[in-house]
Amino acid sequence: MKRLHIIWRKSLNVVMLSLTGVAAFGVVSILFLILGYFIYDGGRSLNWAFFTQLPKPTGEVGGGMANAIIGSFKLLLLAALFGLPVGLMAGVYLAEFGGKTFAYVIRYTVDLLNGVPSIVIGIFAYALAVQPVKHFSTLAGGFALAIMVVPITVRATEEFLRAIPNSLREGAMALGASKWKTIASVILPAASGGILTGMLLSLARVAGETAPLLFTALGNQYWSPGWSQPTSALPLMIYEYAISAYDDLHRQAWAAGLVLLGMVLLANLGCRLVMNRRGVRGV
Amino acid sequence: MAARLTPKVDKVETSEHSATASKKEAPVRFQISNLNFFYGAKQAVFDVNLSIPAKKVTALIGPSGCGKSTFLRTLNRMNDLIRHSRVVGDIRLDGQDILQMDVVALRRRVGMVFQRPNPFPKSIYDNVAYGLRVNGYKGRLDDLVEHSLRRAALWEEVKDYLHKSAFALSGGQQQRLCIARALAVDPEVLLLDEPCSALDPVTTAKIEELMFHLKDSCTMAIVTHNMQQAARASDFTAFMLDGKLIEHSETSKLFTTPHDPRTEAYITGRFG
Amino acid sequence: MDGAVPPQAGPRSFVHRLRDGDEVAHVVTLIFASLILLVTSLLVFILWEKSQLSRAQFGWSFFWTSVWDPVFSHFGALPFIYGTLVTSVVSLAIAVPLGLAAAIFLAELAPRTLSDYIAFLIDLLAAVPSVIYGLFGIFIVVPMMRTTIGPALKHTLGFLPIFKGPNYGVGFLTAGIVLSIMIVPFIISVSREVLLTVPREQREAAMGLGATRWEATWKVVVPWARTGIMGSVFLALARALGETMAVTMVIGNDPKIAASLFAPGYTIAAVIANEFTEATGDLYLSALIELGLVLFLMTFILNGLARLLILATERGGGHTS
Repeated sequence: MKRLHIIWRKSLNVVMLSLTGVAAFGVVSILFLILGYFIYDGGRSLNWAFFTQLPKPTGEVGGGMANAIIGSFKLLLLAALFGLPVGLMAGVYLAEFGGKTFAYVIRYTVDLLNGVPSIVIGIFAYALAVQPVKHFSTLAGGFALAIMVVPITVRATEEFLRAIPNSLREGAMALGASKWKTIASVILPAASGGILTGMLLSLARVAGETAPLLFTALGNQYWSPGWSQPTSALPLMIYEYAISAYDDLHRQAWAAGLVLLGMVLLANLGCRLVMNRRGVRGV
Repeated sequence: MAARLTPKVDKVETSEHSATASKKEAPVRFQISNLNFFYGAKQAVFDVNLSIPAKKVTALIGPSGCGKSTFLRTLNRMNDLIRHSRVVGDIRLDGQDILQMDVVALRRRVGMVFQRPNPFPKSIYDNVAYGLRVNGYKGRLDDLVEHSLRRAALWEEVKDYLHKSAFALSGGQQQRLCIARALAVDPEVLLLDEPCSALDPVTTAKIEELMFHLKDSCTMAIVTHNMQQAARASDFTAFMLDGKLIEHSETSKLFTTPHDPRTEAYITGRFG
Repeated sequence: MDGAVPPQAGPRSFVHRLRDGDEVAHVVTLIFASLILLVTSLLVFILWEKSQLSRAQFGWSFFWTSVWDPVFSHFGALPFIYGTLVTSVVSLAIAVPLGLAAAIFLAELAPRTLSDYIAFLIDLLAAVPSVIYGLFGIFIVVPMMRTTIGPALKHTLGFLPIFKGPNYGVGFLTAGIVLSIMIVPFIISVSREVLLTVPREQREAAMGLGATRWEATWKVVVPWARTGIMGSVFLALARALGETMAVTMVIGNDPKIAASLFAPGYTIAAVIANEFTEATGDLYLSALIELGLVLFLMTFILNGLARLLILATERGGGHTS
């Protein structure tokens, strides 16, 4: 009886441990599966027209997503313009100037903001940037994305600033540099690599966001000149086309998905590799 | 305890008198009176009276934790960076109270070299030029950089590689770079906090040699764990124990005929 | 120690700080940091304020009314709360065992380099945008549900009420499956880290007593890391609750409460996404915003709990409360 029990335990051991391996490789293979489908289905549909043409009227075959590509680019620009400086400065405050209580409150708030579902951020941006002026706009979309950029940037900035050893701060101050000069001329440059990768990662994250754009940028079949008109963006187009009834649009959605996925994964791959090489934990 | 205090105090005063007598001809850079230092509620330095003569090297020796580094760092107010630290007492640089002075201005006049080399992640040139740039110096940087590197006995080794990263240098070279960096702003006093403790004997000897040549233009105060170094490289030595200044006199006198039994015990290696 | 007031030899005088820009730098960075506080407070305020109409109209009954009728302005949150919870539970039911198993493999069995590589790849999975998962869901998972998974489940477990009813491919189960892929990286990443911090002695003690590798892991190591793993689950759950695009693309968007997992449903995030721009009338919009408020509160509480749990693991090292 005892022997049987031991055999049972041993077999259970082998089975369970193998299952964990299966689980791990299973999850990884999902990544490759998704990538594979996009490369295949998206790659087939990717052509020059995709990058240069506007969408055709509903029902007609062909066309491209030139306006969405430009739109995404403009939105990212706004997100960077408004979100990155706020994140950087707040990060500097937390790492270099912060007192105990207020800094704790700020950190908590940053974490809170990071956890807010993107659709709720969309509601907020709508209330602040769309309702008062009664129209959707690129600016409103950029505003929503900027809010999402901030928490990641703050965390990266603070983390990498703190990683700079105090001996550098002491060295600079012993030479007669004021606190601000020390930060600007020694500490920030030293941490710049990590901070820049954090910023890039935050932009890569919002590049793929759709929900906050649904009621801010809204989407647009045509070009969107300036900043105060609704604009299309890659994720929005993917969504619209995917749920449409036309095969051709489905095809284009795959192509757009490939482009988006490719950009996001490349940015993440690049940033994380750089950070790993520096031996610092990822954001 | 009280009974012992009086004879001890007498002895210190006499030794100070003999030291001051020979110093009376030489001007004094730093005059420290009744210095007490606190980390929060804990006192680390107790009522120190000391003068640091100009254009001489003063060594501070004592066992670990005796407060010599803390004392040194009050001279350029680096301890200000520590929260809840407090200085009570009088510290005068050329007659001016440093506690009333703008601390940034103070640090331009009193430079510091740290225990572990801490070059900035910049080029060798930019490291040396940093102090100059930060203090708004507008003249010809190249000449000054070269001059500082020469004073630190590093010029010959790096003159062709000025734009290489400071981290490409060896530990000893980095420390000499830090000395050059500190010298670039032409300080009146240079404080050295165990500058050779992380270095090998050959590099240590190089640094002691450059200290000898620097004396004429720069007063120095060096904290050291290494008594032989103190005996070799300094003109005056102060011995500290448990935050108190026990004895201070010319180096030769302190090491051959110390007045206080505790000084004798320390330098003969009975403790510390 | 005399009682004389010492000259404060601490921070520089205000004038000097001002002149050299230290004070300016402090204030400027402080302003930016406060901006974050301002924006977040504003967000909460707006959610509260703009849902006022709906809250006044429906009160607490909002939470147990299952009618969602824009025509007659009867709005109830129950179908969406139900859908959100069901899809989240399904996704956890899949992701937690899967994720924990993978984390165990990465922390206990795999050599460190392999573990790092795989963890890196799994982190990439977390970076994939929601709409990409949605696309993958519509064209790959939904057909698979219709042709393979659905029939298989019906064949084996069709007697269970959760597997009864017609199977169109979209529905709670499909949404749950897609969600599970999206949240599994979080469970793996955090659990792996937590498992790696379990002291070596624990495993060795267990195995020294004759336990098999699996027994040592399951009965000693995992319980030690229990709090942190719980934290990762809460984190994943918070993520699942807020997921919008992928869910709305595969759930069927039908505000009904149904027992079957094959039935189409709706989540809070999905209904907001679909109906916000179509909302006619202030009450309609206000009801949607109230849903947004509910979602915000749910994720807020969960994230807070997750944070506490993970913090507790870092400090207590496995000693459970």
